[in-house]
Amino acid sequence: MAARIQVPAEARRGEVIEIRLLVRHPMETGYRVNERGQTIARNAIRTLTCTYNGVEVFRAELSPGIAANPYLQFTTVAESSGTLEFVWVDDAGERAVERAAIRVVE
Amino acid sequence: MKRREFLAALAGAAISPAALAQSVPLERLLESATRGAPARPGRVKLELPVLAENGNAVPMKVTVESPMTAADHVKAIHLLSERNPVRNMATFHLGPRAGRAVVASRVRLAGSQRVVAVAELSDGSFWYDVAEVNVTASACMDES
Repeated sequence: MAARIQVPAEARRGEVIEIRLLVRHPMETGYRVNERGQTIARNAIRTLTCTYNGVEVFRAELSPGIAANPYLQFTTVAESSGTLEFVWVDDAGERAVERAAIRVVE
Repeated sequence: MKRREFLAALAGAAISPAALAQSVPLERLLESATRGAPARPGRVKLELPVLAENGNAVPMKVTVESPMTAADHVKAIHLLSERNPVRNMATFHLGPRAGRAVVASRVRLAGSQRVVAVAELSDGSFWYDVAEVNVTASACMDES
């Protein structure tokens, strides 16, 4: 489960920064049928959490109502230099972690 | 039959029976997000295209008017569907650290319907906005 993450490399303290996330995931609805006529089990990302230096700043509970390869765009306030960590878990229990570094200047 | 009617009929017929869900009244949708508390229209802006050729990935953006301070902020935004098999499409949890209450994503829509965004504020109040989307090719088809 790979992802493309866009976080500005550098921001001013207090600046509201935009985070864009594109996660590779089928977000299986559980309503599709394969070529042998069997139902493909539902498997969507359930939760996706963004922590900034260990503090949760954004959390999304998702469902198959979100398109395959989910795109998420949200904001956070640049407080201090460090790491933004993105963790997501799907219905199959698969967990993925991605990180992005940010440098905060005065 | 006019072209528009034909397309509407086509879109309706394309939904697989398993995914075909009855539409839910707006009040019921709101209650599911507010746990019975009243919700008022306003403060929320839900942006979706009026016409979507394909229901598999429809761009969605929700903005809530809020200073996003510790004392006054948006706690959560619930995104609800009137006709999808899964009513609660997503819930986004925010806080003062978000700086702004703006979230964008792409949603799946099982046919033309209304989509509702409900914002839960730190003072316990709920606000909502409704967007109506016409979908020509619905999601939840075999090739989706």
